[in-house]
Amino acid sequence: MQAYLGLDVGSVSTNLVLLDERGEVISSLYLRTQGNPIRAVQEGLAQVEKEIPAGTSIAGVGTTGSGRQLAATMVGADTVKNEITAHAVAALNELPEVQTVLEIGGQDSKIIILRQGVVVDFAMNTVCAAGTGSFLDRQAARLGVPIEEFGALAERAENPVRIAGRCAVFAESDMIHKQQLGYPVEDIVAGLCEALVRNYLNNVAKGKDIAAPILFQGGVAANIGMRRAFEKALGFPVIVPPYHAVMGALGAALLAKRAVAGRRSTHFRGFDVSRWHFAVSSRSCGGCANQCEVVEIRGEGKLLARWGDRCGRWSNVSVEAAGR
Amino acid sequence: MKVTFPHMGHLHVPLRSFFAALGVETVVPPPIGRETLALGTRYAPEFACLPLKVNVGNFLQAARMGADTVVMAGGVGPCRFGYYAQVEREILRDLGVKLDMVVLEPPQGHWRELWLGLRAITGGADLKAIWRAGKLAWRKLTALDELERELHRVRAREATPGASTEAWRKIVDRLDRAEAVSEVEEVARQGKALLAAIPRREDDDVLRVGLVGEIYTLLEPAVNLEVERVLGEMGVEVERSIYLSDWVKTNLVFHSLHLRDDREEYRLAAPYLGHFVGGHGLESISFTIRYARAGLDGVIQLAPLTCMPEIVAESILPKVSRDVGIPVLTFMLDEHASEVGMRTRLEAFCDLLRERRRRKERFLVGARDAAADLRE
Repeated sequence: MQAYLGLDVGSVSTNLVLLDERGEVISSLYLRTQGNPIRAVQEGLAQVEKEIPAGTSIAGVGTTGSGRQLAATMVGADTVKNEITAHAVAALNELPEVQTVLEIGGQDSKIIILRQGVVVDFAMNTVCAAGTGSFLDRQAARLGVPIEEFGALAERAENPVRIAGRCAVFAESDMIHKQQLGYPVEDIVAGLCEALVRNYLNNVAKGKDIAAPILFQGGVAANIGMRRAFEKALGFPVIVPPYHAVMGALGAALLAKRAVAGRRSTHFRGFDVSRWHFAVSSRSCGGCANQCEVVEIRGEGKLLARWGDRCGRWSNVSVEAAGR
Repeated sequence: MKVTFPHMGHLHVPLRSFFAALGVETVVPPPIGRETLALGTRYAPEFACLPLKVNVGNFLQAARMGADTVVMAGGVGPCRFGYYAQVEREILRDLGVKLDMVVLEPPQGHWRELWLGLRAITGGADLKAIWRAGKLAWRKLTALDELERELHRVRAREATPGASTEAWRKIVDRLDRAEAVSEVEEVARQGKALLAAIPRREDDDVLRVGLVGEIYTLLEPAVNLEVERVLGEMGVEVERSIYLSDWVKTNLVFHSLHLRDDREEYRLAAPYLGHFVGGHGLESISFTIRYARAGLDGVIQLAPLTCMPEIVAESILPKVSRDVGIPVLTFMLDEHASEVGMRTRLEAFCDLLRERRRRKERFLVGARDAAADLRE
């Protein structure tokens, strides 16, 4: 059997999805990147290798996320795509008539507007990360609520408290203030969800034409409190797809399937990569005033790629092609 | 006297030429880099927009290289740029940096100030000498702008990424060194040939994207994270709404002679914006409409963060985009803008535009087939 592998290497999580020929999910993984994308990718590959059914071969690999270039270089990818396109592809696969995708990940959030199966508009958060997964994690920890129970707690609220959601730091001080005034924790948690949704709609989704059906993707979609807050603010039902947390990786796998269609080879280096020794080094190029930080990545001692320079002086050296 | 001036795209080429022809020594600040931004953000107010910060960085770097006089543009109208020369003068004074500032006010109603400013810098050069120096500088500027337009076409089709950028660097350098109008003409001819000789890709899958927005972020690659080059290397042909020579012609020359004709911009923008909002806010609207009508695939708006005229335009553009049917992507830039973040959005935008074009083509083929069926 042939299978397609998608990797989404983000700032907070590294996700892997393995698809079969019909596009059904064979296995999916959600790992914490923990500041070490190389280790996360290797760990993920090792786990997929364990779970892969006998007689299955990898026919195509796609990468996405902020670490897409690194991951592509490491594993040998057939396609490297930005996370907006990857999320849109996965959403369309889930629900072909989808018109809006709300996505909130670890450190970024985005909105994708689709019409008749095509992306027509999108936006990503620019100035502020208030309302993303990292912030929710932090607040849950501060309130002593496990993040998994955060949403259920919010659902029990009767009178959500109004919390200033413009900035993560001010939201936190406002929450502390409300706690000190004696508001019940569930009302604060629900209020926080509403504040974050308000912030998202006023910043990321500003000026966007939100229409149903709406899909809610990303790790934060697991939070029922956030989903309800979106439904309340938008007045439409919000659908959370089963693989919401790994939609980027799913999209990358679907894109890999498309990329290798009609050819018989893949750039995949094989699962051995999980045992390779990778070394990354960076230095400041003194060639001009830009002082680009040039990154160099070696696998098993061999130069695989360089990037980070604006002029191509370093990245255009002949290295083994990472595939595009 | 050693004169310096702020960077803005290739403005330093004609400016240096102008002063050199008048026998005035110049110090061109180093290309905008990390050090420039570090100095600028350290000494300029945090809430000012990026041009002010970069200007301050330019001046401080030039002062280290021995410059003693800054030539800075003034301004009128609602954009706060008009006030920057004054603010910069204060910042430099507070820092104890010995730089005299000569502010050249726009000629609209300020002919006398402009003349006095020029006289002060040139040490009383006569009108004829200024005219001759201006002519050489002007030809350099128009040659650069003509060749840059060509560069955008070539870059989107080059077989080796970076080949046209390399040629462009050579062209700018040669134009910078040209000493007479005839020499400029020769370099311009060579430049055209240089660009024409660059090997092209075999496919012609090129997207066309219009760039609108604030003039400084549009013209200065170091500030817009080289968006034109990045797009070009993604196979996108860029059409920019502002070229410096056009701007000088319409705003400095025609406007001051009461000959400026921007009725078309006002007419196009009228359904959305009925009056001047400063800077190029109104043009961001009108050019988006022009680009949609010209069949471009998309529009990108560039502006420094907190730029009032462009914020007005940004809030109107979603409606314009829907009405005229052209996708618009906005970048608000400041010293925190990241190349990685921009690249992700640009890639996604290109995916969107390519898919849109495929649909349109499929639809057209479908319509043609249907029409053929009807005829039969």
